[in-house]
Amino acid sequence: MAGRVEGKVAFITGAARGQGRSHAVRLAQEGADIIAVDICEDIPSVSRFYAGATEADLAETVEQVEALDRRIVATKADVRDYDALKSALDDGVAQLGHVDIVSANAGIFIFGDQSHLVSEQDWRDVTDINQTGVWHTCKAAIPHLIEQGSGGSIVITSSTAGLKGTPNVAPYTASKHAVVGLMRTLALELAPHSIRVNTVHPTSVDTGMIQNESTYRLFLPDAEHPSRADAEPVFRTINALPVPWVDPVDISNAVLFLASDEARYVTGLELKVDAGYTIK
Amino acid sequence: MGKLEGKVAFITGAARGQGRSHAIRLAQEGADIIAVDICKQIDSVAYPMSTPEDLAETVKEVEALDRRIVAAEADVRDRDALQAAFEGGVAELGGVDVVLANAGIAPMGVNVRPNEWDDVLAVNLTGVYNTVEVAKQSLIERGGGAIVITSSTAGINGIGGSQPGGLGYTASKHGVVGLMRSYANVLAEHSIRVNTVHPTGVNTPMVVNDVMQEFLQNDPSLSNAMANALPVPMLEAVDISNAILWLVSDDARYVTGVTLPVDAGFTNKK
Repeated sequence: MAGRVEGKVAFITGAARGQGRSHAVRLAQEGADIIAVDICEDIPSVSRFYAGATEADLAETVEQVEALDRRIVATKADVRDYDALKSALDDGVAQLGHVDIVSANAGIFIFGDQSHLVSEQDWRDVTDINQTGVWHTCKAAIPHLIEQGSGGSIVITSSTAGLKGTPNVAPYTASKHAVVGLMRTLALELAPHSIRVNTVHPTSVDTGMIQNESTYRLFLPDAEHPSRADAEPVFRTINALPVPWVDPVDISNAVLFLASDEARYVTGLELKVDAGYTIK
Repeated sequence: MGKLEGKVAFITGAARGQGRSHAIRLAQEGADIIAVDICKQIDSVAYPMSTPEDLAETVKEVEALDRRIVAAEADVRDRDALQAAFEGGVAELGGVDVVLANAGIAPMGVNVRPNEWDDVLAVNLTGVYNTVEVAKQSLIERGGGAIVITSSTAGINGIGGSQPGGLGYTASKHGVVGLMRSYANVLAEHSIRVNTVHPTGVNTPMVVNDVMQEFLQNDPSLSNAMANALPVPMLEAVDISNAILWLVSDDARYVTGVTLPVDAGFTNKK
């Protein structure tokens, strides 16, 4: 049976691990070839919360995609650096022939300060990666999509923090709202080309971005060394469905739906995969 | 292996149009079907409504896929009749995992008919409430499930015109969003997910008929307002079925409380 994205090529940022790797693997399972980029570096303002992805992580993504008999072109590139990002994509298109799906997934999570106490550096890093980086990703891909003339699907990873205010998480929340505005605008600009643009809004996902002591402490400020087990019941209270977090593949399944022809007339949508977080 | 192997779906308005398409698409993925439809005319509706022959055709098409289907004529406004139809299906097919509250009417026309407002609210809003109420205990006993309510772009936008039927249509389609959000919260502890879909114009007998076309052409502001962003004038029923299939499958096991437009960018363009 043909895969749901057979013959398509997907450009995925932040693909070394976590949700990005899961998207690469899930789309490859359904027949797509992959153009993967990741910064594969620690970012100083993030290091106090969790470690950055590594080149070994990106190599693992390559291995998992190739194990599915799909092709993958992986490049170490920073979404803040437009020229580097564009050349990584152009190189991937040269090797794989085209690009049909864009997953603007790369992002960082910094938290803990009330808005007026956030440092200039923290604000800039989050904005540059989560907001400008998404714009760069789209900017690099759109000329290919238009020129190919065969439509396409752009999926931007926002967050439940792209729909609701979240105290002490101002730069992240602002950036995740910003990409919704970008999505809505792109959806209109690109509709005449049959290019669809949507956002996904995950609740907590079981990845290194939240599974770390710093994030646990956001929920359990009085605990000295809060563990995953300590955090689980607290995370559970934020969702309506009885789960503390969702798996990366749950977001990948939403990205896959939006990327596939099953959603050929779905555009301009904020798709929540949030276990009811935003309606609770 | 289908995405819904071994599951049972309860679908209202299943005789034709989107409801029939949902029955077939879900059956293709392995589900058995409990189908209900009024199969009668409602006086305030100017276009021809479904017939017993339409429902028989749905049965035939599902059976051609080697799935089982129990079909009954029932009006979603009549809780007792709907309950009986539901229980008749469960007796044959077992408990229900998926509920599609799809039955709806659009009593718009150039000439206003009596009872448009009351009828459209009764079918499109109270009928959805009745559908969830008759089915929810079965989902709870199954330990989880998925409910999808068919709303409309008129459930997110103020469209539909100024006459009682159109106002009622828009009000009812907004109303079911409130129902969805409340049910999503109330039923979450049972791992039952509840979402709405919001189609733009779909190529079905409810839209593609002389009365609706005359109504739209009579008011250019209305027909212009119906233009999609993507270069497609009208969707096919299967496009809505594919969205519903995704929502009710395990691919969306943590998706609840969502208003999902399948609208070719209509809402974003407004």
